[in-house]
Amino acid sequence: MKAAVIRFPGSNCDQDCHLALRETGFEASYIWHKETSVAGHDLIVLPGGFSYGDYLRAGAIARFSPVMQAVKEAAAAGALVLGICNGFQILCEAGLLPGALIRNRDLHFLCEHRHVRVEDIANPFLNATWTGTLLRLPIAHGEGSYVADAETLRQLNVGGRILLRYADGLGAANEAANPNGAAENIAGICNAARNVFGLMPHPERACDARLGSTDGRVIFDSIRTVLRTRRAA
Amino acid sequence: MKAQVIVMPKRSVLDPQGAAVREAIHHHGLPSVKAARVGKFIELELDGTETEAQIHEVCRDLLSNPVMEDYELKVQK
Repeated sequence: MKAAVIRFPGSNCDQDCHLALRETGFEASYIWHKETSVAGHDLIVLPGGFSYGDYLRAGAIARFSPVMQAVKEAAAAGALVLGICNGFQILCEAGLLPGALIRNRDLHFLCEHRHVRVEDIANPFLNATWTGTLLRLPIAHGEGSYVADAETLRQLNVGGRILLRYADGLGAANEAANPNGAAENIAGICNAARNVFGLMPHPERACDARLGSTDGRVIFDSIRTVLRTRRAA
Repeated sequence: MKAQVIVMPKRSVLDPQGAAVREAIHHHGLPSVKAARVGKFIELELDGTETEAQIHEVCRDLLSNPVMEDYELKVQK
C-alpha cells in the first residue's frame, strides 16, 4: 500500500506522518509540492505545519501549488486523501472540503491532548472503530475553529460527513469540551464521496505509546483495511 | 496604477481578533467603543494592462476566502 506525504514549504509534520505510515504498514514516500503527479499512490497525506508561513490565510497559497491539481484529480478518481491540521486548512481552501478554519475563539495557539468522539464509521478513515468511541489525540493549532454556513452544516449533518467532534472525557460534545470555538464541536469532516477527510487533531502524533496515546493508529488501520479490501476486489 | 483591497471577516463569522482588540481599547480607557473588527489591507501595483475582472478574480480566489471574508476593491487610475 503506497502512501504519499506532500511536502509544502513550511510543512513540519511531514516526517511524523511518514513515520506513522511506515509504523502502521504503509510504504511511504514524499512528494514535493512542485511535482505535478501523485500517480501510483493509494493514499495522499497533506501534513500539518505552516505552509507558506500561513501568509494571507492558512493554506491559502499552498492550494495553488502545482501538486494540488494532481491531488484534486486523484481525489476525483477515488484515491484517499487525508489532510491533517494545516492539511485540513489546505483542503478547505482548495474546495475539496467545504467551510473554512478561522482563528481559535480565545486566540491562543493550543497544544494539548483532547478527546474527539467518532461520529460516523461508514467511511474509509474510521471503519476499524465504533461510532461513539472516544479518541485521545493531540491538537496543535492557532486557526482551528471550523466555520461553514448553515446550509453546509445541515448537509454535513444529514450526510453523516461530520466524522469527529470534540468531546469531554465522558463523550459529551458540549461547549466546555470545545477547544477552539468550532461550529458544532467539529474536529473533522469528509467530502460527499467520503474519500477526502480533513481533521485538526494529529493522529500521526498518537501512534506510539511513548508519545502518550496510540489512539491515532485506528485511522491508519482503517485506511489500510479499506485499501487491502479494494485491492483484493 | 494601484489597486487597494480591503478584506474583512464576514459579519456572520466570529472575529476573535476584533473582540480582543475591543477589550484592549476598553482597558486603554475608552469603554464607549462598541466593536472592533480586524481585516487586511492589500495594495497591488499594476501596470495598467489588467482588467478589473482579472483583479476581482484574484481578490475572490486568493486574497479573500468567501466562506469567511468579504472584500472591497478600489482601483486608482
